[in-house]
Amino acid sequence: MKATRNVPIRKRLGIVGTYTTLSVISLIMIIPFLWMISTSFKEPQKIFTFPPQLIPTSFRFQNYAEVFDLIPFEWFYFNSVYIAFLVVVGTVFFASLAGYAFARIPFAGRNIVFLILLSAMMIPHEVTAIPMFLFMRELGWIDTHLPLILLPIFGASGVFGIFVMRQFFITIPKELEEAAMIDGCNRFRIYAQIMIPIAKPGLATLTIFTFVTNWNEFFDPLIFINTRSLMTLPLGLSLFTDEVGTAWHHLMSATVMATVPLLIIFFFAQKQFIEGVAMTGLKE
Amino acid sequence: MKDTKKQRKRGPLTREAQITGWLFISPMVLGFTLLLLFPMGLALYMSFSDWPLLGNHHFIGLENYQNIMSDSLFWKVLKNTLYFTVGLVPLNIILALLLALLLSKSMRGIGLFRTAIFVPVMTSLIVWSIVWKYMFATDAGLINQLLLLFDITGPAWLYDTDLAMPAVIVTSVLKNVGLNMVLFIAALQQVPRSLYEAATLDGAGKTKTFFNVTLPMITPTVFLTVVMTVIGSLKVFGQIFVMTQGGPSNSTKVLVYYIWEKAFKLFQLGYASSLAFVLFIIVLVLTLVQWQLRKRWVFNESDS
Repeated sequence: MKATRNVPIRKRLGIVGTYTTLSVISLIMIIPFLWMISTSFKEPQKIFTFPPQLIPTSFRFQNYAEVFDLIPFEWFYFNSVYIAFLVVVGTVFFASLAGYAFARIPFAGRNIVFLILLSAMMIPHEVTAIPMFLFMRELGWIDTHLPLILLPIFGASGVFGIFVMRQFFITIPKELEEAAMIDGCNRFRIYAQIMIPIAKPGLATLTIFTFVTNWNEFFDPLIFINTRSLMTLPLGLSLFTDEVGTAWHHLMSATVMATVPLLIIFFFAQKQFIEGVAMTGLKE
Repeated sequence: MKDTKKQRKRGPLTREAQITGWLFISPMVLGFTLLLLFPMGLALYMSFSDWPLLGNHHFIGLENYQNIMSDSLFWKVLKNTLYFTVGLVPLNIILALLLALLLSKSMRGIGLFRTAIFVPVMTSLIVWSIVWKYMFATDAGLINQLLLLFDITGPAWLYDTDLAMPAVIVTSVLKNVGLNMVLFIAALQQVPRSLYEAATLDGAGKTKTFFNVTLPMITPTVFLTVVMTVIGSLKVFGQIFVMTQGGPSNSTKVLVYYIWEKAFKLFQLGYASSLAFVLFIIVLVLTLVQWQLRKRWVFNESDS
């Protein structure tokens, strides 16, 4: 940093240009959030005030309370949290177990089964959703949370989990389990007591990936859930958008409540989140 | 002697491995068969059937596919989907690449920018679309209010057949550009320092270094990202559902929205299945093309 004074003009201009570009783009990303928070506290009649006020003249906290009278918001939240929790637990367990087997246990048909699983990942969800709807109807599972929990664990998202965990287990040195094997450990104990503790970084990535994907899932809740109080946040909010019309203050209070907790968690575990979500990009 | 001992040791071990291996993968394989493989087969059969929600279904051969070919709304929907894709992908990739290049410099406060640009990726697509529906709102929306500061009366963005799709495209680019940016940053970090040093020694300028060193080195990642972004764009749904519901006058109705409407609003399950297979075939072709081209880059990839 001492050298700053000696930096040539051209380079300095480049730095200014970089900062300006980055600032403008960052502002475009952040302003909608500020605008959302601002509106969530506004008096309904102030929403249309011109010129626009980023900081409201008076804060109306009832907007938040009123959301709960208009929609079963607490249920949306609860449903989203507990479904995502079960999906994460299920995926982490079943995908890591299968991933371990594919990476380390030599059994017949291992490669062919793995290949079939992988190629199924490119089946668009929309193709299987229609028969799945009929299937769930036969089982009487429409308007229950069962499809929302089971489909991600065992469907394409779970298969992706197997892939992630297999890649991770392959990198772990074999000597560790060989030593345990000689000591007479069975494979489940090797999996649970040796591999899982070592695989923590991989599991963290898989957890974040699964959580974020599931938390934002929209298509499945849309086709499987009809009852208000059984809806998840994305579905409940999207239908609320259609009903409120221009009552933006209520809508923004709801979106603030839906977004802010996750963003706070994100700020604390940014590195892991970025790594975890970057894998989603490789999948979709 | 040594050999037979090894043989004996391996015998039961292999049988144990067979059983444990299959036991460990059995939950996923069973679930996968029931929830992916079986529905896939049924979907194929349904695409050749007239299949109402209630009452009997029957096999009609290729009739659904023939109807698709003469369905003018399908062609419009396909055109809209391509419009969305062609509008989004170059914007997204170029912006992501630019941001990745700017952010891979070591400068003070760079982490802050990276966070800001990544935040929309963390936000749910539905919430992001709701907020941007509000940004684009005709009277209360921030965009039109800002335009009004310059005495410009902004248009009804989401209610205009020419403007609705661009508005959705902008919303989608901003939502996901951070994701591709992160992938590109990772790729840029993989480029060996020595290559840059060599380029500098050879007297190559910044632009020349970018096109002759950086770009070729990150081409596999860029290509993979382009294909993934294209596939994602062909499946666009959530933002359309929230922001425009396919309107005005079908100008933003895209393929997945049409499939959803046919299947779950009109309950023409057979026809919707054949539409879904059209989507599948497009995605399949793109994936295969990507695999073929990736093979060519294998050397490049293992090299980096």
